[in-house]
Amino acid sequence: MIVNSDQTSFLFGKLTWESIPLHEPILVATFAAVALGGIAVVGALTYFRLWGYLWNEWFTSIDHKKIGIMYIILALVMLLRGFADAIMMRVQQAIASGGSEGYLPPHHYDQIFTAHGVIMIFFMAMPMITGLMNFVVPLQIGARDVSFPFLNNFSFWMTTAGAVITMISLFIGEYAQTGWLAYPPLSGIDGSPGVGVDYYIWGLQIAGVGTTLSGINLIVTIIKMRAPGMTMMRLPIFVWTSLCSNILIVASFPILTGTLALLTLDRYVGTNFFTNDLGGNPMMYVNLIWIWGHPEVYILVLPAFGVFSEIVATFSRKRLFGYASMVYATGVITILAYIVWLHHFFTMGSGASVNAFFGITTMIISIPTGAKIFNWLFTMYKGRINFDVPMLWTIGFMITFVIGGMTGVLLAVPPADFVLHNSLFLIAHFHNTIIGGVVFGVLAGIVYWFPKAFGYRLDPFWGKLSFWFWFIGFYFAFMPLYILGLMGITRRISQFEDNSLQIWFLIAAFGAFLIALGIASFVIQLIVSFLKRDQLRDVTGDPYNGRTLEWSTSSPPPAYNFAFTPVIHDVDAWADMKKRGYNRPKEGFIPIHMPKNTGAGVIISAISVVLGFALVWHIWWLAALSMLAIIAVSIAHTFNYNRDYYIPASDVSTVEAERTKLLAEQA
Amino acid sequence: MIKKIPSALLAIPVLLLLSGCNLVVMNPSGDVAIQQRDLIITSTVLMLLIIVPVIVLTLFFAWKYRESAKAEDYDPEWHHSTRLEMVIWSAPVAIILMLGTVTWISTHRLDPYRPLERIDESRQVTADIKPLTVEVVAMDWKWLFFYPELGIGSVNEFAAPVDVPINFKITGTTAMNSFFVPALAGQIYAMGGMQTKLHAVINKEGVYDGFSANFSGPGFSHMRFKFHGLSQQGFDQWVAKAKEGGKGFGRQEYLEFAKPSEREPVQYFASVDPELYSAILNRCVEPNKLCMRDMMHIDANGGGGKEGIDIAKALNSVVCTPLAPFGVASGPQSTPAALEGQTFEPAALPETKQVAG
Amino acid sequence: MAHTPAQSVDGAEPVFYLKEDHHPENGTSLGFWLYLMSDCLIFATLFATYAVVGRNYAAGPSGADLFDLKLVAINTGFLLFSSITYGFAMLEMEKQKVKATLVWLGVTGLFGLAFLAVELYEFHHLIAEGAGPQRSAFLSAFFALVGTHGLHVTFGIIWLVTLMFQVAKHGLIAANKRRLMCLSMFWHFLDVIWIGVFSFVYLMGVL
Repeated sequence: MIVNSDQTSFLFGKLTWESIPLHEPILVATFAAVALGGIAVVGALTYFRLWGYLWNEWFTSIDHKKIGIMYIILALVMLLRGFADAIMMRVQQAIASGGSEGYLPPHHYDQIFTAHGVIMIFFMAMPMITGLMNFVVPLQIGARDVSFPFLNNFSFWMTTAGAVITMISLFIGEYAQTGWLAYPPLSGIDGSPGVGVDYYIWGLQIAGVGTTLSGINLIVTIIKMRAPGMTMMRLPIFVWTSLCSNILIVASFPILTGTLALLTLDRYVGTNFFTNDLGGNPMMYVNLIWIWGHPEVYILVLPAFGVFSEIVATFSRKRLFGYASMVYATGVITILAYIVWLHHFFTMGSGASVNAFFGITTMIISIPTGAKIFNWLFTMYKGRINFDVPMLWTIGFMITFVIGGMTGVLLAVPPADFVLHNSLFLIAHFHNTIIGGVVFGVLAGIVYWFPKAFGYRLDPFWGKLSFWFWFIGFYFAFMPLYILGLMGITRRISQFEDNSLQIWFLIAAFGAFLIALGIASFVIQLIVSFLKRDQLRDVTGDPYNGRTLEWSTSSPPPAYNFAFTPVIHDVDAWADMKKRGYNRPKEGFIPIHMPKNTGAGVIISAISVVLGFALVWHIWWLAALSMLAIIAVSIAHTFNYNRDYYIPASDVSTVEAERTKLLAEQA
Repeated sequence: MIKKIPSALLAIPVLLLLSGCNLVVMNPSGDVAIQQRDLIITSTVLMLLIIVPVIVLTLFFAWKYRESAKAEDYDPEWHHSTRLEMVIWSAPVAIILMLGTVTWISTHRLDPYRPLERIDESRQVTADIKPLTVEVVAMDWKWLFFYPELGIGSVNEFAAPVDVPINFKITGTTAMNSFFVPALAGQIYAMGGMQTKLHAVINKEGVYDGFSANFSGPGFSHMRFKFHGLSQQGFDQWVAKAKEGGKGFGRQEYLEFAKPSEREPVQYFASVDPELYSAILNRCVEPNKLCMRDMMHIDANGGGGKEGIDIAKALNSVVCTPLAPFGVASGPQSTPAALEGQTFEPAALPETKQVAG
Repeated sequence: MAHTPAQSVDGAEPVFYLKEDHHPENGTSLGFWLYLMSDCLIFATLFATYAVVGRNYAAGPSGADLFDLKLVAINTGFLLFSSITYGFAMLEMEKQKVKATLVWLGVTGLFGLAFLAVELYEFHHLIAEGAGPQRSAFLSAFFALVGTHGLHVTFGIIWLVTLMFQVAKHGLIAANKRRLMCLSMFWHFLDVIWIGVFSFVYLMGVL
């Protein structure tokens, strides 16, 4: 246990040499691996003189396509960290259910399950969907970029800053040991006197700024930057789900911000919002955090639903069934997401009428969700289905997600929840929907849009392998947890006294191992495809005979996306254009107005990391200094009025001529 | 409800049981938990009505309309059917209407705060059956049980006679915990400064596992206890065993016991301070601490005024209430041994507030 | 909203792309409004918190014991006047009068500073008396809500001064007018929140 001495020095706050966990072999080994890996990467970048390229082409880029790709890279890296936590938990529970204490003492195990949840939700799933939405939405609506390109870059770096702060907790200090939602009084200053909860708070608050701004950005983009003729009811379904997801973000993240701020005040100032004494009310935290928390899961799953809508139509070679119905279902889900939050704590003792109300509203959400599933089903009906990797993920999703949905409706019956709340049954349920829905969705989206982003397809062999390992692994990993839940076993336990549980934990560990192979196959898929990119090349820009506008551009699209803004006449705009004999313009190009790159986002976010770190360790002078620096840099940035430029018409001509040539060779 | 479920489906939990694992949630021993189990089965069956066709159709369509089959009814422009939409929306609505009705009724019937009306399927609670009151305190990381009607208490173990309704009154100390005996009934949170209630009955003799179902810190994994369902005779013997030990448990012992500890061995107390549970609930076991009920009373009457700013004074001040307009000393009602014989010097009388009514 | 260009009815080929430069409508006002609504939600969280624990005095002082309504009235006057003077600044901006705009902005800033000064004095007095945010949940909620509002006003003043420099330097160009518009929304929003605070916290606490 990291015992932070009460000795605070002015210069270093609570930070001492004991804060570095040299006595924890797992952490030391991890640090060694990370350090070596880091040195290797930095060394390679220096050797190949890539710093300039990285800074100019990627880090300071305000191009939504590049930012989208960077989000997904961040998410994949954090997936590895979050999954490492998962494997460690599975191994501990498999060993410790045989009567031994396992290899992870509680204070370590408790950090792992907390970090696993926080990282998977905030630093894997959120960046994954944000990355996909960032890359795809402007292309699908015929725009050149999002409404606020600089804010977009800033949002990405703030999310990364939050991830960095969370990762630092591995090597300096400790992480929260409270569960991913950090309920007080356990997360208050008396229940958690160490720095762990502070790392949790500042990592999320800083990342939250990025997420909220990104939400605003995408809403304005979808409302204001649609190509002429693209009325709301001609939007691709992925854009509709993105719009609703971002509305949920803007309407719910501020509540998380406010609630964590109140917890911060309790910890730093000694206020009494969530204490047991002096008038505090911990139940209020539970309410507020879930008023954010429930919309959050819809924020994650709606874009995944959108991805599947696109894939099912494209790969069934058929128009999506029930477009209007899909739109209304998405809207209904968005609104209902706000009136179900109490189902996360039926057992906290609200009266029967309150519990029953929230149980029923929760069940009602399954109606529009079910409608969506049926609509995907009837898109397949009378289609001609190609089972490329994205479609495999889609079928896997349709089967897996509905099981998770079923157990969700089951848990929505309050008396049933009384015996299943916080059990491994609950864990199985939400992993069922999050993995079956969100993870399958983002992996499908990555595979689906990869050719658009990079100009070559992903290797199908490794792609299929990845899918099957994930799909089969999921069932081995989580079906035993349903059974364990029915055996009464509760979550977040690190040591068991009942040996009969071990067989189930062993099966679950085996499942986790299969998923590990699935992740490995996915990464290998990326590497192998890069090495074989010439064989996998797509020069048409439209490898699947797609239906939406992104497939009308080259792969990858030029910086300006469209040489001429398209004019839309129907839903599935690109399919419509192809059907009506659209001819790609080859001349008459005009200069294109584009925003300039900027380093302000990187710099402000970097200073935010320092600010977060200083606040965690109570290094007040550093916190004040970094806060002032952030304000100063921000003000300085606003004095820069020179933020855009024009791509000359000749450049556009050159790029377009290149494409004309490629298309002609292909024909 | 049970009669409506085809017995074939009830075979499923039995089959799983036969396979050796104890699915206690599907095979509980208390009437409340049994009713909750039945709800799980009902809901599952209702939803399988939708889920099974969906999964079957997914696989069927995937197979029938695969590219290589070159199905003749390929219709790329078919994307709308009002009739089908009606079915798609109304089928789930129908299921949810049924499930919603079941939910409303059962949530009220199985409200943990509602006193029991039945002992089991076939027997109602009658006027002559006297319920047993058990007070529960969730601590770091152990469980404390009091029997106010019997004067005894215990640590990490409690007992009750079969077929006698138990009225639980539950509180906590620090972190939020959850009191859960799966074989008996559903769980309910145990929170500091709050009291929750649970009504349950055990129908079969046995030893059942109980634990906390809400994570509360490093000692959480071992925050377990045993619940003994006993015959009336067996229960009387259990009570006698507790009394035999002769151990007393009052405020001093509690304050010592409240220090965080794990894997506490089972203990029995022959006599428990009758005010102790109330003091724990009102967070005033320590001497000179203002009880929450008194604090809330003062607050309901507009607060302690500017004189109340000084917490130390507020804790040791004289409290004026409608029943005692010249004040009554707040704090512990029973004097801890260490303070025996001392007299309290109340702080200077504050200005009394005009209390309405 | 995107407009649908006229599509030929006579069977001629429909238009699939715009030959002219396409400039989508500027989204700054909508975007800033959305940000303001998200800020409103933060205040909603604080108001809700105040509603739940605002009567938990922990046997300590209540609003009636602590609030000095005369001071709060002065405070409120400063803030409301600052909104009016900002309105004057916007009117001058519409007339492209740089100097007059700057004068009214300056007056607004001074009123804002006066508001903050009174508020800081109030906080200092309360804390010195012992009625600080740690005393009870009521006081925690009070300081959080009113303090957050004050923090927003502080950032508004920093922004206002920055904009004054930028208007002085570049004049009332389109970019600066957009920024003044955003600050205007921000400033009036804070005024509306203050009316909520003033009514819900101060008046209802005392009366």
